[in-house]
Amino acid sequence: MKSLILNTVSKTLLPLLILFSVFVLLRGHYLPGGGFIGGLIAAIAFILHAFANGLTQTRKLLRMHPGFLIPIGLTIATLSALAPILVTGEPLMTGLWYEQDIPVLGKIGSALFFDAGVYFVVVGVCLTIIFTISESV
Amino acid sequence: MTVFLIVILSSFVFSLLLFGIGQQTFKRMTWFAALLPISLFLYFSSFAKPIMNGEVFNFFTSWVPSMGIDLDFRLDNLALLFTLLITGVGSIVFLYTTQYLKGHPKLMRFYVFLSIFMGAMLGLVTSNNIITLFIFWELTSISSFFLISFNNTEAPSRKSAIIALAITGLGGLALLAFAVLAGQLTGTYSIAEMLQSPEVFTSHEYSVYLLIFIFLAAFTKSAQFPFHFWLPGAMKAPTPVSTYLHSATMVKAGIYLLLRFTPHFQNNSYFFTTLLVVGGITMLYAAIQTLFKTDLKGILAYSTIGALGIMVFLIGIGTAASITAAIVFIVVHALYKASLFLVTGTIDHQAGTRDVTKLGGLGKVLMPLAIAGFIAAFSSGGFPPTIGFIGKDLIYEATLNGGLNPTLLTTLAVLTNILMVFAGLLVGVRPFAGKKPEALGKIKKPHFLLWFMPMILAALSLIFGLFPGMVEALFTRNITPLLSGEASPHLAIWHGFNLIILLSAITIAGGIAVYIFWKPSHKKEAGILKLDAWAPKSVALMLMDNFQKFSYFLTRTFQNGYLRRYVMIILVLLTLLFGVHVFVNPRIFLSLKEIKSLNWNEIVILIMMLTSIIFTVFTKSRLAAIAGMGVLGYTMCLIFVFYGAPDLAMTQFSIDTLTVILFVLVLYRLPKYLVLSNQTNRIRDGIVATSFGTFLALTIIEIMNENPVKATTEYYAENAYLLAKGKNVVNVILVDFRGFDTMIEISVLAIAAIGVFALLKLHLKKHEK
Repeated sequence: MKSLILNTVSKTLLPLLILFSVFVLLRGHYLPGGGFIGGLIAAIAFILHAFANGLTQTRKLLRMHPGFLIPIGLTIATLSALAPILVTGEPLMTGLWYEQDIPVLGKIGSALFFDAGVYFVVVGVCLTIIFTISESV
Repeated sequence: MTVFLIVILSSFVFSLLLFGIGQQTFKRMTWFAALLPISLFLYFSSFAKPIMNGEVFNFFTSWVPSMGIDLDFRLDNLALLFTLLITGVGSIVFLYTTQYLKGHPKLMRFYVFLSIFMGAMLGLVTSNNIITLFIFWELTSISSFFLISFNNTEAPSRKSAIIALAITGLGGLALLAFAVLAGQLTGTYSIAEMLQSPEVFTSHEYSVYLLIFIFLAAFTKSAQFPFHFWLPGAMKAPTPVSTYLHSATMVKAGIYLLLRFTPHFQNNSYFFTTLLVVGGITMLYAAIQTLFKTDLKGILAYSTIGALGIMVFLIGIGTAASITAAIVFIVVHALYKASLFLVTGTIDHQAGTRDVTKLGGLGKVLMPLAIAGFIAAFSSGGFPPTIGFIGKDLIYEATLNGGLNPTLLTTLAVLTNILMVFAGLLVGVRPFAGKKPEALGKIKKPHFLLWFMPMILAALSLIFGLFPGMVEALFTRNITPLLSGEASPHLAIWHGFNLIILLSAITIAGGIAVYIFWKPSHKKEAGILKLDAWAPKSVALMLMDNFQKFSYFLTRTFQNGYLRRYVMIILVLLTLLFGVHVFVNPRIFLSLKEIKSLNWNEIVILIMMLTSIIFTVFTKSRLAAIAGMGVLGYTMCLIFVFYGAPDLAMTQFSIDTLTVILFVLVLYRLPKYLVLSNQTNRIRDGIVATSFGTFLALTIIEIMNENPVKATTEYYAENAYLLAKGKNVVNVILVDFRGFDTMIEISVLAIAAIGVFALLKLHLKKHEK
């Protein structure tokens, strides 16, 4: 799709949308949002970029195959699930939290890392599926 | 404590280690593999002395305490007997194989599976927790499957392996059922603790199910009639496997299970009667079969089934004498049968055939091997002074003094034993005696290990026979009281002249007579094969075949590969369910008071929805239809927003966007819009769709009238912040309360992505399709 308007807008929108997706991910524990929605938004951002500039450009921008995000996400999620066993000896998936609030982010705990894992998996899965299909047809 | 756990798991670690070494290096150091069973044998031998003095060792490591599953191992005298058999015969088989399969390209794989098997078997006989026993039990079935199909380029091997897996797998399921049921009824999964609730095993209303399940498990594993047929098929495996798994150890797992639970079922007469009947049928049936076989391994297979039948039969008699006889016979059988198998293997290796009608006169060429064969055959026949003689004496002592009908039992035992004498002589003596047929050609001397290994086992048969006190002190003195509560009879080679000696003489004379006058031939074998149509094997295969055909039919009907068929089936089924529910139990009423008046934005959304639906159904362009679906999706999002579900709305919104993109990508390249369905089909689909929608709506109205159970909702709402420090309940549920579900969901997502990637990127070459 060659459209100058879309082309220009997409380049500005990409960082904004990704920033928005991270924002949605981080606020998830207190307000509507979370890793799943955040991941979907980030995936849509890249797909918009791909529509406007062509897949090769987006791939160049990503530098790696989006499929690699899946194992990264799964590892983060698994580690955060295992953390209580390794750190405090509590059962699997017990929430661990820092006592003090972190500025901007609020409370940080293992649940946030778990959500981040979900985020990466969702981005990886969506992009892998859509990129693969659009290359094949 | 942990040392024992490490010992049990060492075999599994060792098999991984073999992978690490690599095929090429391993070929030059096959002896390395034998270090494992030898060191394990030494380790377990170190327990012999304290256990002989009556000690019992417990090794407990907590595993899943919330479910009562622990790594709970218990080494008593019965377990010691089996561990020594497993590691002892294991050492010999591991060493023997270094020469038997020398230079085989898959030798490493062989040792990997053999090590896994050994570990599983050790775990099985030492587990005090019945769930871990089940796990190890299944592991032995699986490693047996891979070892039977070791020559996996041959179709018969693969088929035998599948049959063996199916039969023993069935038994495994029964064992699981037994384990869970016994665990629930007694309140513990510890086998030793189960003894404290004997009423569960004797008089409880469910005790009959316990019996059925344990019998299924034991009879399939130990090849009892009518499940015996997998064992002759398993002889497709290389001879060391047949020696180790299908004669000396694995098939005795069923016997072990029965022995282990004999104290539990002590007062349940059905337990013993069934064993007596099944064991009796099996031993006679299998012994008769040996008359008609010409393959040495086939003869050994049926004589193994017969021997297992004798063991079950002896447990079934249920007296102290019969338990002692069973224990001694386990030792006797392991020694002579493993020895005979290895002798057969060497003959096969050197002469290239196992056909008993073609073999003869090998005695001169294979001299030391012949001696091993002779001794093993004598022990198998119960000739003095081998341990087999003592074993046979004990069997007669048990049948004469026990059970309901001593005459019948003794006759049965004598008949079976005569044929066992014959089978032993046929395998251990026939190939070496007489003149060498011309067809055999020149026979090379075997490698040292190929005759020395069977010789060790044969020599043990002789040594134990001369010094039966060893067997008594090591095993029977403690095991018999453990299992039957009474002291074991004294083992000796000579009890003076009595009926038992007379019976032994009759057996040996009868066996020799059969050996001299009955010549096995292919004609006789073909004759008995005609009866195979009614054999349990044919029935089982027919069942398997029909089951496959039925599932094929079912799959083709419901899953014919067209998405429209799947959707149709799902919708019709749901419509029927909803419809039946609405008609049978109508509780639908609309209270007009509770329905709030529609406000303007809702009316707008409703109109948008209807328009987009009508547009989607009637448009002549695929892309337009998809866009229509997209609009419908977005209006749904708006409804979620108005009714206070922002999370759902956001997700639905992004998912809808992605779905439309996906559809567009796929449909972009398709040809112009075509009408493929006729008028009737479309009307049918329309009816299905409308009725589904109607019934769904009716059901939802009904649900709204119900008083919802709010306990779960309230729990989540109240505890989201207290326990999980989150204010967004939906998110807290996803990442914390039900986090494990999410974990599995993202794994499924990952698998889906890999699936799509693999399907579309897999560029097969022409010949690979």
